[in-house]
Amino acid sequence: MKNKNRVVMDAEAIDRSLTRVAYEILEKNKGLDDLVLIGIRTGGICLANRLQRKIAAMEGIEVPLGILDVTLYRDDLLRTNKKPRIGKTDITFSLDDKKVVLVDDVLFTGRTIRAAMDALIDFGRPRLIQLAVLIDRGHRELPIRADFVGKNLPSSLWEDVSVNLTEKDGVDEVVIEMDSEE
Amino acid sequence: MILERKDILGIKELSKDEILLILDTADSFIEISTREIKKVPTLRGKTVINLFYEASTRTRTSFEIAAKRLSADTINISASTSSVVKGETLLDTARNLEAMNPDVIVIRHSAAGAPHMLAGMVKQSIINAGDGAHEHPTQALLDMMTIRAKKGRLENLNIAIVGDIAHSRVARSNIYGLKKMGAQVTVAGPATMIPRDIEQMGVTVYSSLDEAIKEVDVIMMLRIQIERQQQNIFPSLREYAQRFCLSKKNISLAKEDVLVMHPGPINRGVEISPDIADGPYSVILDQVTNGVAVRMALLYLLTGGKA
Repeated sequence: MKNKNRVVMDAEAIDRSLTRVAYEILEKNKGLDDLVLIGIRTGGICLANRLQRKIAAMEGIEVPLGILDVTLYRDDLLRTNKKPRIGKTDITFSLDDKKVVLVDDVLFTGRTIRAAMDALIDFGRPRLIQLAVLIDRGHRELPIRADFVGKNLPSSLWEDVSVNLTEKDGVDEVVIEMDSEE
Repeated sequence: MILERKDILGIKELSKDEILLILDTADSFIEISTREIKKVPTLRGKTVINLFYEASTRTRTSFEIAAKRLSADTINISASTSSVVKGETLLDTARNLEAMNPDVIVIRHSAAGAPHMLAGMVKQSIINAGDGAHEHPTQALLDMMTIRAKKGRLENLNIAIVGDIAHSRVARSNIYGLKKMGAQVTVAGPATMIPRDIEQMGVTVYSSLDEAIKEVDVIMMLRIQIERQQQNIFPSLREYAQRFCLSKKNISLAKEDVLVMHPGPINRGVEISPDIADGPYSVILDQVTNGVAVRMALLYLLTGGKA
């Protein structure tokens, strides 16, 4: 039973990546007009909050922020008997004609993002949807890519990538965990 | 925590943790009904049958809307327009419905225990939408959800249930649920409407409305089942109203921020005066809104994958 955990990003690295992502969001969208952030529950909420603060520090404007729970849109929901807990979705503004930046911690198979896009479209007709993630670990199962990536992290399928953030885990770090079967 | 049961037959069988899971899930479902597109794809391809042997507006519509907002297909069967009038037994009806492979059967029946019998005979999930004077679990869940949303908790609240306790499945389910969640429950009604062994459920009994509602946080008024007046359990509606109608005169005995609830349908001026039913203390329409969310939560939690 050896569980080898490897820290691949520390607090500083995460912060620098998010700062760059915030600048890239501004650059690509040529400002903040009609821009909204949507954090995907649960991993994307803290990151979306941090991006909102960084953008506010740069431009002096607080962009609207919503929270999306994609559980009810998952494609594996009726395949298991384990029902995930449903979290609250909280989007208090219209998405019609908005530039929506979806925020999540790890981009992996792409299935969560597929579910998130279906959910968003039930809320209105955004002008465009972009995707910002802290980690892209590869292994896509759907034709989906991120517009803004904190770090590309090639990983093997038997590894676990976890993003720990101070708000929920007490520390800022990205860790690769090997499954102990190895 | 997952709900590891096939059916929802009563509150009596549910644990505190199961009730909390259902209420928390329902809280998250509220938001869907406020969207412009009030539908999520979760139960696509699932079928829910509403089998109603008794009249109902609220409960049947609520189950139907809940199932539709989760994208399930719904079929409504009411006894008066079905083969029941040709003499088909409940069991034969159920076996035939089972043969059409639905996923959930919601049943209301005038006989206590009918849903339980069905649950033992068919493989589908059964949800009890009211069986005789026995239980009405989804009503108690939506009542608890409404109280918790308004008061922030259920523990240590004082709750009075007033009316025909003996014939009320709403009262019975609420007493089971509220006691489990740590509330104190008092009941009041004419002596003929109080079951003899009610104290064994852990409630305090009063024979007057004024005593029962003194300093309480919540008042639940029950519908007087006028159809039972022939059975002579109360002399006249007028006398009942004089003694047990919640009105401006007595509401001030309760706490200042009291919630007034009623499962509907209301007999205005009998158990509750119109100014109270439509007044600031009333959460009667919140109950109806929350009912959809509670039923969505149950359908979601019960509809499993491949067993």
